[in-house]
Amino acid sequence: MHYSVFSIISQAFKGQKDWKPVWRYPEPKAEYDMLIIGGGGHGLATAYYLAKNHGYTNIAVIEKNYLGSGSVGRNTTIVRSNYQEPGNIPFYEHSLKLWEGLEQDLNYNAMMSQRGVLNLYHSDGQRDDYARRGNAMMMHGVRADLLNREQVREVVPFLDFDNARFPIHGGLMQWRGGTARHDAVAWGFARGADSRGVDILQNTEAKQIRVENGKVVGVETSRGFIKAKKVGIVAAGNTTRIAETAGLRLPIESYVLQAFVSEAIKPLIPCVVTFGAGHFYISQSDKGGLVFGASLDYYTSYAARGNLPGVEDTIEEAMAIMPSISRVKLLRHWGGIMDMSMDGSPIIDKTGIDGLYIDCGWCYGGFKATPASGYCMAHLMATDESHPVATALKLNRFETGHVIDEAGTGAQPNLH
Amino acid sequence: MRIPCPFCGSRDSQEFSFLGQAGLKRPDPTAPDAQKQFHDYVHIRDNKAGVTKELWLHANGCRSWIIVERNTLTHEVTGSEFASPMTKEAAQ
Repeated sequence: MHYSVFSIISQAFKGQKDWKPVWRYPEPKAEYDMLIIGGGGHGLATAYYLAKNHGYTNIAVIEKNYLGSGSVGRNTTIVRSNYQEPGNIPFYEHSLKLWEGLEQDLNYNAMMSQRGVLNLYHSDGQRDDYARRGNAMMMHGVRADLLNREQVREVVPFLDFDNARFPIHGGLMQWRGGTARHDAVAWGFARGADSRGVDILQNTEAKQIRVENGKVVGVETSRGFIKAKKVGIVAAGNTTRIAETAGLRLPIESYVLQAFVSEAIKPLIPCVVTFGAGHFYISQSDKGGLVFGASLDYYTSYAARGNLPGVEDTIEEAMAIMPSISRVKLLRHWGGIMDMSMDGSPIIDKTGIDGLYIDCGWCYGGFKATPASGYCMAHLMATDESHPVATALKLNRFETGHVIDEAGTGAQPNLH
Repeated sequence: MRIPCPFCGSRDSQEFSFLGQAGLKRPDPTAPDAQKQFHDYVHIRDNKAGVTKELWLHANGCRSWIIVERNTLTHEVTGSEFASPMTKEAAQ
């Protein structure tokens, strides 16, 4: 069913009774051309673009839980492309361009809102650093605006500009950045893929990738063996667990990251604001809740729930820039598992096993990358070559020395 | 999460800083495949889901490096020991 203003009006007259489920619950076939492990945003996007751009329809996505139950439904919904490293900017800018046309492409309301992403700076040195980042963006054709203190005050007047430790000197603004409705992104890609014939197999856990003579032959799942010519691992925080069944060892560690939502308040925060003296980011959802997060809990974890020191740290950072929200009540908070790579940048590459591809290492920047990750992974699986914007995201870059370390913190994943 | 420090006893995890997987051995730089070995040593991790052994520093305590046995699926801490035998000897 095509969604439009007419379909909404006609359904209103029919008592909303004719809406159809937007994806099927198919039985697994014995064999597919391609199998994607992981039914989150990236996996569903990969399947969507494989079908749409490359004409593959005999493919399936297997998801161990329900659709979008992992990180795609657990993030803080920020979309941006304000990166600095040459290997990253073209990729994330490609992603932002896809975001800008995504709803029309999917015929699905993802509530994409380009409300701006503002990175605050708190010292002269940091201003120079942010100017350099803005310049790096502009050299790749991505607009960035370096705002001074008064210009920031016009956008977000309620911040604590004269904080004793972290006074706000200004900020780097990317007006094209913003937020999107995370669940709707997963649902939109699922609907788009399903309507093109992709089987989305929920509650189907990948147990073992079967490899024979250096070539992938299929995946052992909780619903039996499924044969496939090509298999893509798009399993985010659980990448290591599934990749090791094929004998792969990866430059990845899994950590838990917490996210928070407050009770709904009247419109206050017009854009995404990030705290430059720590690591804190906040925006306000259309429903009114403040959506925010900070750094990882600093130890490896597969538990998808965090500990209280992480909560305390996040709230302290919030108070450092926005003491006005100190009495807002926290509604809920949760954790997600992050596939932290050794340089803080992602991997979309072949694996050395014929027919096995990998898309991982998204750290805590995976949501904004969803469309481009799927786009480039689909390109790689269909053509066996990296997409031009993803040529730097190689698995072997740690061997060759071509790491993409935005934070400059070295091979210590919990510091990225 | 509380961590049993072998010297200080049970302490809040905030007193500690986390390094990562324990038991990595610095390769021999004169080995013929030293480059490959160093790549693995610096970048490749087991990233186990389940019981792991990992290095923590009791930074705001006795400042010992300790090896903590912890379950990454539940955050349950089941044991700890000094990372260095010399520290262990000195503490006795």
